[in-house]
Amino acid sequence: MTHFSALSLLKNALTGNKNWTEQWPDAQPKKEYDVIIVGAGGHGLGAAYYLAKEHGITNVAVIEKGWLGGGNTGRNTTIIRSNYLYDESAKLYDHALDLWDNLSTELNYNIMYSKRGVMMLAHNVHDVQSFQRHIHSNRLNGVDNRWLSTAEAKAFCPPLNDSPNARYPVMGAALQMRAGTARHDAVAWGYARAAAKRGVDIIQNCPVISIRRGADGSVEGVETAKGFIRAKKVAVSAAGHTSVIMQSAGVRMPLESFPLQALVSEPIKPIFPCVVMSNTVHAYISQSDKGELVIGSGTDQYVSYSQRGGLPLIEHTVAAICEVFPIFNRMRMLRKWGGIVDVTPDRSAILGKTPVKGLYVNCGWGTGGFKATPGAAHLLAWTVANDEPHKLNAPFTLERFTTGRLIDEAAAAAVAH
Amino acid sequence: MLLIHCPYCDDTLPELEFAYAGEAHIARPADPSKLTDEEWRDFLFIRSNPRGLHAERWRHINGCGRFFNALRDTVSDRFLTTYKAGQPRPDVTKLEAAE
Repeated sequence: MTHFSALSLLKNALTGNKNWTEQWPDAQPKKEYDVIIVGAGGHGLGAAYYLAKEHGITNVAVIEKGWLGGGNTGRNTTIIRSNYLYDESAKLYDHALDLWDNLSTELNYNIMYSKRGVMMLAHNVHDVQSFQRHIHSNRLNGVDNRWLSTAEAKAFCPPLNDSPNARYPVMGAALQMRAGTARHDAVAWGYARAAAKRGVDIIQNCPVISIRRGADGSVEGVETAKGFIRAKKVAVSAAGHTSVIMQSAGVRMPLESFPLQALVSEPIKPIFPCVVMSNTVHAYISQSDKGELVIGSGTDQYVSYSQRGGLPLIEHTVAAICEVFPIFNRMRMLRKWGGIVDVTPDRSAILGKTPVKGLYVNCGWGTGGFKATPGAAHLLAWTVANDEPHKLNAPFTLERFTTGRLIDEAAAAAVAH
Repeated sequence: MLLIHCPYCDDTLPELEFAYAGEAHIARPADPSKLTDEEWRDFLFIRSNPRGLHAERWRHINGCGRFFNALRDTVSDRFLTTYKAGQPRPDVTKLEAAE
């Protein structure tokens, strides 16, 4: 594998870019692995990378039903932030943020992490109080977050409509400066390349049909479209399809899968310097480096695996964007798409062991899994290697639904987040 | 947008008139004080979340206001049937034979 550097770019430029080698081999499955990871999204590929790098476990396969990074990793709106209310969540997401910091260098792959700031708009007294509570909680946890007045918010994001006569006037905003965006495909590709370099097999176009359990109940391996593959440890990181795969191992999950949509506009010159979210009017917008406005919508109300989603949600989101940014009301939208997100009752992730020996699960990231990618991957690898959860993901195991110790970010944010 | 048949109004109407209300046929425990923590977990949080046929509750919130149940394919989003609350889950094989 070529090491990327200014020198290798120059060398290949001079030779007409004809000598680049493939970034990872398209592997065929072996009969047996030490660990199998189901799902080659950022979380699964990252977990394989950290298993190899930090735990010395290199006999690992990542099995993907479609193409690498083609699920929610390639369908999200690329936002990274960690300004969560509860201590457990703040620590979990801030752990991810710490890993994002050096990821490009570590993977030798430019993931274009841009700390452009995420600004959350407050439109009423409740928002103001709730966001200030978040800010205080974040500061106690050492998480960057601060309050902006309406004028400061306008100065930070000039396209914002700051008129006091707006239907939902901006009364201030919470700003996390460490937050921003990264190129989502590059995250999957970078992890895939770095994992493959350490000996991990990445097997694409190979749906996992079921998880096979032995006579003693422990995991024996997975049945796939390319035959049975043996492994004593299987980690499921399959986002919206987790319930279906876990069901095959006899584990019923506290999850429901919903379509979540996003859309992009025609590309325009740089106009939007940050990420803006408004929970109250449901607007969620940033501008990609290509120039498209990237807009996140909400989840449909009903369980579905259609990867499509309904038009009323798009209409609602675009109406909110036009309300907060009237400057965009004549923009044309190029395309919209949907991904299937797995949502837990408390809107916090599940990362840990399962009642089945040798079976691990990383799921329930709902509408906010991308920002957690390096953190989730790192902790999943730790959990698989040590057969127990790391202290950061210990509060996020399946047991919380029995003990009742939920991490209720749903109530904290009052909307999907 | 989904078009949903309300079995009370006997009319097929746009999704915007309806509110989804989760998985159907999850019976409230007869004697809550006897439930173990595991049984409470199953009742409150565990959902079948199938890729395929799903029995679910809907409420005609901007119409008659009543709850009813539906059988829908979660891959195609196609409704097989809707039926009144309190009725048992219809037999799918009979439904398909009738089509």
